[in-house]
Amino acid sequence: MKRIQSKSKTRDFHQAKWNEPIIFELHQPGEKGVELPPVNEKVALSVGDGTSVIPASMQRKNKPNLPEIGQARVLRHYLRLSQETLGSDFNVEIGQGTCTMKYIPKINELLVRDPKMMELHPLQNEETVQGMLEVFYKLDLCMREISGMDCFSFQPSSGTQALFAMASIVRKYHEQNGEGDKRDEIITTIFSHPSQAATAAVKGYKIITLHPDENGFPDIEKLKAAVSERTAGFVVANPEDTGIFNPKIKEFTDIIHQAGGLCFYDQANANGLLGITRAKEAGFDMCFFNLHKTFAAPHMCGGPATGALGVTAELKEYLPAPIVEYHEGKYSLKNDLAHSIGKVRSFHGVAQTVLRAYAWIRALGAEGLKEVAKIAVLNNNYMYHRVLEIRGASAPYVKGHRLEQVRYSWEQLTQETGVTTEDVTLRMTDFGLHYWTSHHPYIVKQPFTLEPTESYSKEDLDEYIHALEQISKEAYEDPEIIKTAPHNSTIHKIDEQDYLDNPDKWCITWRTYLKNTKAYDLVK
Amino acid sequence: MSQKVHPYIPNMVPEVQAEMLKVIGAESIMELYSCIPEELQLKENLQLPPALTEYELRRHIEGILNKNTSTKEYVNFLGAGCWQHFIPAVCDEINQRSEFLTAYAGEPYEDHGRFQALFEYQSLLAELVDMDVVNVPTFDWGQAAATSIRMAARITGRKKVLLAKTVAPERSKIIINYGTPKLEFEYVQFDTKSGAMDLEDLKTKLTEDVAALYFENPSYLGFIEEQGQEISNLLKENESLMVVGVDPISLGVLAPPSHYGADIVCGDLQPLGMHMNYSGGQAGFIATHNELKFVNEYPSRLFGIVPTVKEGEYGFGDVAYERTSFAQREKGKESVGTQTALWGITAGVYLALLGPDGMQEVGQTIMQNSQYAVQQLNQIANVKGSHFESAFFKEFIVDFNQTGDTVEQINQKLLEKKIFGGKDLSLEFPELGQTALFCVTEVHTKEDIDGLVQALKDILAK
Repeated sequence: MKRIQSKSKTRDFHQAKWNEPIIFELHQPGEKGVELPPVNEKVALSVGDGTSVIPASMQRKNKPNLPEIGQARVLRHYLRLSQETLGSDFNVEIGQGTCTMKYIPKINELLVRDPKMMELHPLQNEETVQGMLEVFYKLDLCMREISGMDCFSFQPSSGTQALFAMASIVRKYHEQNGEGDKRDEIITTIFSHPSQAATAAVKGYKIITLHPDENGFPDIEKLKAAVSERTAGFVVANPEDTGIFNPKIKEFTDIIHQAGGLCFYDQANANGLLGITRAKEAGFDMCFFNLHKTFAAPHMCGGPATGALGVTAELKEYLPAPIVEYHEGKYSLKNDLAHSIGKVRSFHGVAQTVLRAYAWIRALGAEGLKEVAKIAVLNNNYMYHRVLEIRGASAPYVKGHRLEQVRYSWEQLTQETGVTTEDVTLRMTDFGLHYWTSHHPYIVKQPFTLEPTESYSKEDLDEYIHALEQISKEAYEDPEIIKTAPHNSTIHKIDEQDYLDNPDKWCITWRTYLKNTKAYDLVK
Repeated sequence: MSQKVHPYIPNMVPEVQAEMLKVIGAESIMELYSCIPEELQLKENLQLPPALTEYELRRHIEGILNKNTSTKEYVNFLGAGCWQHFIPAVCDEINQRSEFLTAYAGEPYEDHGRFQALFEYQSLLAELVDMDVVNVPTFDWGQAAATSIRMAARITGRKKVLLAKTVAPERSKIIINYGTPKLEFEYVQFDTKSGAMDLEDLKTKLTEDVAALYFENPSYLGFIEEQGQEISNLLKENESLMVVGVDPISLGVLAPPSHYGADIVCGDLQPLGMHMNYSGGQAGFIATHNELKFVNEYPSRLFGIVPTVKEGEYGFGDVAYERTSFAQREKGKESVGTQTALWGITAGVYLALLGPDGMQEVGQTIMQNSQYAVQQLNQIANVKGSHFESAFFKEFIVDFNQTGDTVEQINQKLLEKKIFGGKDLSLEFPELGQTALFCVTEVHTKEDIDGLVQALKDILAK
């Protein structure tokens, strides 16, 4: 038997393919998935059937058209779907750039399943949730130290919601100062996440988007031209999604402050900065961290998550309530914040994520956090050098080092071979790897964004690089194999974009599919 | 080796670092930070507690969590937006799977299973609410309601929004925060005897600039609003939309709002298989009919089923992606990002397990148990089991006004008897005096309810 050649080669991979039907197709009349807690006989005798008290206008006439499936078959169905999902536990998760896909410690998953965490009601008397409040408070203290801010709220349940909360604070702050109507513009940059612009627009702001200078830095002259008495705030990521750090960031925040605006910092790209540099010293009034990215809580197919929102003492009273306080040995919830924006999410946010982030910080300590940052930057720069050696690949803008990620370009590859970055996306799945292009608009042509984090070894990085090298080689020698990819994935290439863009053809639910194919009435 | 290698950080191995730095052409890792100005670089290490090994961490965290008293130890009657229900073991098995737990935003190929599971969730919930379009979940009910309302405002091109006064006040805070400054809000009063919406007040406030009315059924205060159709007729005459928030676990027995004219339906998925998690189990949904004017206004991702180049294979993708802020930044519909996808998958598992009969059965058991609780509470002198005369689902307002005690006092004494009493409503609804919102579901046994009644008798007898 020959041994598996694991080094320096692309992986011989094929993803699970179960060809599972849609769950409705598993319907077998009479089967049952679970037994429910029964009603007590005496209770039933006392009150009758329970449902005849429902006013006639509010009685459901027909049972919901759900499938009937035995328990083992439901389990098998979803386990098969899980196998057809490439979680970060399974792959060298470098390709979802900007998402900071790092190792999710199993001990943290064990801890969040403690009944003393899972089975808590958010309105329980404070005396009975002292442990939970302690976790919130202690994470707050850690985050203050990491950012230099003075108080954190964990209510926002994603980066986008934290951005929304910050835009809400900006509005409330200016209203409080009698400038609510006058200050109606928020400035951001094109390489910052789309949610920065989108959430500010939800709060009624006009958006001014700064494009980079020839070196990829946010253009300070453009900023000077953009600020005015209408400036409410400035929101930016630093480094931006290019991995380029704006060294003039303090000048930027000074300019905004001089104009009377607030500065809020999207720290979605903070993984290379822990223990290195902070929001406070750069002059920000607010910042947020994605606990599901930088602080190793899992991404859960897209949430639940936490956007930990920190503010300076001046803005503390604007936070969404409640926040956790500590006095004389007791933790408590403070609801009466003088200028609170109200709420962005119900109750306290996603407590499990708060616990996971706290556990992760405690597993690393200050030195460990700094190592996280340093190795993330080391890994990224190693990849950067190696990727630039690949034929057809480049990284526009400033030369020299980048921080924790890089936005690359296949422009040359596309020009020379016709293979686009979207084509590469599909081919990468054949090697068991994720790959992501960029948010829109594609300022960098034929973009792809890689973020290797601290979690991957040199050997892991090499595996990813080899896959890119292989695809470049194929593009020049045999592009058809890329154009017809994926070959080793669960499914083949999706046909007919029309099914997603044409209202007469799209099917957002199975019943719509059946209706469109005239089959719904038959099964109902 | 001078420094310990942390298990989460493989490249802390010095020899490997040296090799990598050589490729980069740098002397040290700190050299890679030359782009950060000296004055912005921290000079000292962060002041954080020392690192713990895995075993120490476990002891530390378990020590903290042990200070909590959970609803497994005490009998819980709190609801008010987060509810204790039976959770089938298969739900936990699926959402703890490493593949789903650690997946994020992959493509419809390598994440085929994620797309299919979420498409199926959309499809299953669509049957429960009897509508054709359901989104990938939002953060929670509050945000789902806020977005539903904003969708209605965009569709009608109007700015004024009416909210039933019985909408959960905490939810209203979210709705109003999301709606300000673009929308104007006004409350519609309710009948203090039944909780039902005051239709005369509605008629007065239903001016031609009203985009939508939002109410909840069953309401936050527990009662069932039976005037759904009348309300819908009034709104239709005015060309305003009806947005209804609903507890999905009620829909095996209660009519879904689409049956009485709702244009947009929203609610919280937490009852469908999520542990309470100190509010970490919340997830919102939005449902509409399959009409372009509605679909085009969703900010959320909507997964659709598509053919692949191979006959007999299902593929999935994003429907009408150009709507979203991912595609259009500030010109997209509101904003989209990480929300609560894993809870959507879990709610799908729950609905697949319960099926049509299970959803009916769970609704019926909840109603029997909650009615039994009210019946028994009514036996206590000076206590009114349900403040409202109308039918209710799983929550009801217990009226302590005649007892001479405050809810706060009573709840403190219940706590001593290992019972979490209902939510004190005296601050949110002062007009109801000393009342509390109790929640009884299928998880409550007769003994749990009898125990509550006995405890209250003892407390109030003094």
